[in-house]
Amino acid sequence: MDRTGIGRRGEDAAVAYLERAGMRVVDRNWRDGRGELDIVALDGDTLVICEVKTRMTDGQGTPEEAVSAAKRRRLVRLAASYVSAQGLEPCQIRFDVIALRVIADDRALLRHHRAAFEVE
Amino acid sequence: MQASIATATLVGVDAVPVEVQADVSSGLPVFGIVGLADAAVQEARDRVRAALRSSGYEFPNARVIVNLAPAPLRKHGTGFDLPIALAVLCATGQLPRSAFADVNAVGELGLDGTVRAVPGMLAHAVAASGQQRALLGPADAAGVVAAVPDLHYRPVSSIARVRMGLPDVESGADTASIPACGVEVDLADIAGHQCAKRCLEIAATGGHNMLFVGPPGSGKSMLAKALCGLLPPLSPAERLEAALVHSVAGRDPLPCLAGVRPFRAPHHSCTIAGLVGGGTPPIPGEISLAHTGVLFLDELPEFGPGALQALRQPIEEGAVTLVRANGAIRYPARVTVVAAMNPCPCGYAGDPQRACGCTPGAISKYNGRIGGPLYDRMDMSVRVDRIDPALLIGTEISSDPSSEARDRVLRARDFARTRGHGEVRRHLDAPARALLETAARRSSLSGRAVTRMLRVARTIADLAEDPTIGEEHIAEALGYRTWEAQ
Repeated sequence: MDRTGIGRRGEDAAVAYLERAGMRVVDRNWRDGRGELDIVALDGDTLVICEVKTRMTDGQGTPEEAVSAAKRRRLVRLAASYVSAQGLEPCQIRFDVIALRVIADDRALLRHHRAAFEVE
Repeated sequence: MQASIATATLVGVDAVPVEVQADVSSGLPVFGIVGLADAAVQEARDRVRAALRSSGYEFPNARVIVNLAPAPLRKHGTGFDLPIALAVLCATGQLPRSAFADVNAVGELGLDGTVRAVPGMLAHAVAASGQQRALLGPADAAGVVAAVPDLHYRPVSSIARVRMGLPDVESGADTASIPACGVEVDLADIAGHQCAKRCLEIAATGGHNMLFVGPPGSGKSMLAKALCGLLPPLSPAERLEAALVHSVAGRDPLPCLAGVRPFRAPHHSCTIAGLVGGGTPPIPGEISLAHTGVLFLDELPEFGPGALQALRQPIEEGAVTLVRANGAIRYPARVTVVAAMNPCPCGYAGDPQRACGCTPGAISKYNGRIGGPLYDRMDMSVRVDRIDPALLIGTEISSDPSSEARDRVLRARDFARTRGHGEVRRHLDAPARALLETAARRSSLSGRAVTRMLRVARTIADLAEDPTIGEEHIAEALGYRTWEAQ
């Protein structure tokens, strides 16, 4: 299985999970020139910016560790440009991280970090 | 949604009012603190967030901006944790704003929401009492702030308790319940040294500075420690002044509140900042911790030259003024200085039995470390020689105990209060004036030396309950300025 394939499947699993948890996914892989938001969802009135990380092994550390400070800053910038590009009203925004660790061909452990970080 | 909570930050020994304003609005989740806050205040963000969550409150997932007004005033310390938490809770409607309308809040938060005491609780209590506002603070500081008159204290052990309303404790409770420490050294325990003991009595009466010079092991430190036992008990105002300095320095103010005179004996490796105060944020030094009490400088020439010279101005003014780019801070420092030193590096110069092995150059270099200006401020210098072993081992106690000396001190102080003030030089009779003039000329005494000597003579006359300063009083005072004659 190639790398984009595993990432894509991880995001599919995350979307399925979020919808099961009662959120409404409004956007996937939204991009502007500088990067990409994996999942944008609505949890009630709160806009949820969700970053998905999938890992086959623990050799590179846990999936959560991949969401570095630089990556968090990029996500905050992207979230701001998403809100302005979509012309949304001021609303509550939350940054979530979903970490998936693949343990078999069609099985993975999922951890959902609500409000994983905020603007520094 | 906005809310504000009143608190204060320490500037010197005063708590200056600060308003903590919180604004919670929708947008990217941020928790920011603005208003010249130092690192400890910035760390409040993590403590407040954890404390609110673990105490059953909700930390808003929103844009939270906290401003500490007035913004140009530098804020430091962890006492902002509680007011910041309360402001956020009020701004998000988790607590009613009206509950804090006439309350100052101060306290550090633990991650579990416990409210902890911070340095300067007493200063915060004095400020709140002056503003006629209640003070909301840690429960474990209730004993300390009880000493402040007319204060409504609302102790809170954990921030979770705030929801249930707060008890109100009226202060002015008696501090008499705190046991006063006994005097460490009694004059009766010290054999011989009649001259030095007399000097201690004079110093205790008039608040004069003194220098003991003598070989090692002759009892200089013991004599210095006995001075505290001769001083009159602290007045209520003095207790609060001394306790305030200790509180601001993060030390236990309870002994001062109980009326124990501070006795500070900094080691000679003490830095300038340690001795007179300093640092960022500034804290009081040893001389301020000794306020209303005794500052004992053992091995005087071993202190750093900078540290010694830094003492000159505070000794003269009774206060330390630290000037910083953003303003001056003043700490009280009204102390009686007792210094002790050896006469030379080996310690035996002038000893009748042991030979001194120091060269004259080494001796003058050793004495030169102190410098004329500081010597000038030592009103009395006494030689403390080794005493005869028979006197030390002998069973009969010749000296009267501290309690009797203290009675004399108290009587002399009472006399000084009633004899009327005005210029001391008008108290001199003609022979005294003549003696002083000759002596001052012959030893080329400085103006300050003459003034200080006159004050010592005045105290000696007070001990004799004599309204005029006679020849014998001048003669005795002159005898205590031996180093100038050398």
